[in-house]
Amino acid sequence: MNHDELSELYQEVIMEHNHHPRNYGVLPNANHQAAGFNPLCGDRINLKLNIDQDDKITAIMFEGNGCAISIASASLLTEMVQGKPVAEAYGLFEQFHELLTGKTVNTASLGKLTVLAGVNAFPARVKCATLAWHTLKAALADDASTVSTETGNDL
Amino acid sequence: MNTAHTSSTRFSPADIEKIRADFPILKIRVKDHPLVYLDNANTSQKPQCVIDALKEYYQDYNANIHRAVYEISERATAAYEASRTRVAQFLNASGNNEIVFVKGTTEAINLVAQSYGRPRLKPGDEVLITALEHHSNIVPWQLVCEQTGATLRVAPINLQGEVIVEEYERALSEKTKIVAVGHISNALGTINPIADMIAKAHAVGAVVLIDGAQAAPHTPIDVQALDCDFYAFSSHKIYGPTGLGVLYGKKALLEAMPPYQGGGEMIKWVSFEKTLYQDPPYKFEAGTQHIEGAIGLKVALDYLCHLGLDAIGHYEQELLYYATNLAREHRLNIIGEALHKASILSFTLDNIHAHDVGTILNHYGIAVRAGHHCALPVMEFFHVPATLRASFSFYNTKSEIDCLFEALRKTREMFK
Repeated sequence: MNHDELSELYQEVIMEHNHHPRNYGVLPNANHQAAGFNPLCGDRINLKLNIDQDDKITAIMFEGNGCAISIASASLLTEMVQGKPVAEAYGLFEQFHELLTGKTVNTASLGKLTVLAGVNAFPARVKCATLAWHTLKAALADDASTVSTETGNDL
Repeated sequence: MNTAHTSSTRFSPADIEKIRADFPILKIRVKDHPLVYLDNANTSQKPQCVIDALKEYYQDYNANIHRAVYEISERATAAYEASRTRVAQFLNASGNNEIVFVKGTTEAINLVAQSYGRPRLKPGDEVLITALEHHSNIVPWQLVCEQTGATLRVAPINLQGEVIVEEYERALSEKTKIVAVGHISNALGTINPIADMIAKAHAVGAVVLIDGAQAAPHTPIDVQALDCDFYAFSSHKIYGPTGLGVLYGKKALLEAMPPYQGGGEMIKWVSFEKTLYQDPPYKFEAGTQHIEGAIGLKVALDYLCHLGLDAIGHYEQELLYYATNLAREHRLNIIGEALHKASILSFTLDNIHAHDVGTILNHYGIAVRAGHHCALPVMEFFHVPATLRASFSFYNTKSEIDCLFEALRKTREMFK
C-alpha cells in the first residue's frame, strides 16, 4: 500500500458524508425496515424505508454508529436508491459489490458510489462498506432479524 | 539458551536492544515503516529460541508421545513432560499432575465448566463472574447454567474499570458454587485483587477459577499462595506457540472430575462394557497432543524467567506510564483507569471510529487492536462501540510509543 491508497480510501466525499450523513434519522411511518450489525467491529445501522404500490422506494432514512466507511456508504446508499424501483436497488448492490471486491465492472451506473472503489485495497474494510447494503436487502425482504455481516461472503 | 541478558531487576536501553534482537519479526517492515507491534494482549511475538525449538522437534525427533519404545518417541515424550514440569514450577503448583495441557485458555474454562460444573450445578446454585470478563469467561458459564438450571451472576465494575469489591462480596452467598474471574482484564488492563477475591469466595464454599490469559506474561503467579482452585493461561500470549494452553487444577478436584473428552491416551483400559480412565492430567488429554507447542512453551518460559519477571514488570509499567501521560497530553479518551493496571492502554480518539484509526495506524506500520476485544459488555458499560488498544511488551520502546502518537496526530489531521 502507498499513501495514495489511504487518501483514495478516505477521500473528501467520504469524509464529508461521514461528517454530514444524508437522510440521517428515523423515517416516520416506514413500511419496511431492518437492522444491520457487524459483530467484528460493533457497527450498527437501522434502516427504514417506504415502498409504494409500484415497488418504488419513495423514502429512506438510516441511523446508527460505525466507522467513516460504513456511515458514508449508508449515506450514499440512501441518496442512490431513493426514487428507484426495488429491482434496480438490488442490481446496484450487485454491481457495487463487484466494484468493492475488485472485479471489473461498468461503473457508469454506479454514479457517486464509485468514491468507495478504494475500499478494494483494504479487504478487511469491505464489510464496513457493505453493511448498509446488506441491511437494505433485509429490509426489502422484510427480514425482521438483525442481519450480520458474518453470514455473507464478502471476502 | 542463546540469549545473554542480565536478570537484574531493571532493564537498561542496551538490554532492550539485545532483547529486541531475539525477536526476528521486529526487523520486518510494514508499508515501508518498521513494524511497531503494539497488540501484545492479542498475541505475543516469538523469540528465536522458541522458533528454533519447534524446528528442532520436527527435524530431529518428530514422533508421537507416550506410546512407543523407540528413541525419538522417548525423546519427544521426555521433552513434552519436561514442559509440564516447567509449567508446574512457573505456577508453583504442588505437582506435575496438576498441570493439564489444553488448546488454550478458552478450552481450559470450557473444561472446568463442563467437567467440574455440569455434574455438580443444580437449579438455585449460582456461578459468579465479573463485568470485566472476556467472552471466553462468560459464554462457557452461560452454557453450563442453561444445561443445569443454575444462575449466572455478574459483579459490577466502577467507572475506573475496577470490580466493585463490596458488590462482589454482596453477590457471594452459600448459593455460589463457582467463581470465575479474570486476573487481568484484556480490554482495559485492570489487575483484579484476586487473592482477596479468592479468599472471600472460599469463605462461602465456592470453587474459584482464575482466567490468567493476560496475567501470565506480565506477573509472577503462585497458585499455592493464591489458593485458587483452577488457573488457566495460553501459550501464544506468553511468547510460546499458538494452539496450546494450560489448566492448573488442584489435584483433588481434577481427580474427582469426569473426563472432558474421550479418546486415545486418556484411558487405562477399554472394553465395550467399561473404560477405565487414566489419572490426571492424562485423563484430560485425549488424542495426540500439541507436542511441539508444549516443547516451545517450555523454551518460552525459560526465556521469560531468564529475563526476569520482576524486570519485565518494571519495564512494562514504565512504558504504560509513558504512554498514559502522552495520552493525557494528546487528550485521548482513556477507557479504564484502574489504580492497578497491566501495560494495556485502551482509548478512543475524538469521535473517530476505532477501525478508521486502526487502518490509518497500519499505514504507518503500527499494529494495534481496534474493536470490542471480545468484551462487548465492557464496551456497553462505557458506551463505546469499540476502542483502540495498545498493549505493550518488554520488547517495545518509548520511541515506538512516540511513533504511535505521531500517527494519531496525523489521523486527527485527516479527520479534521
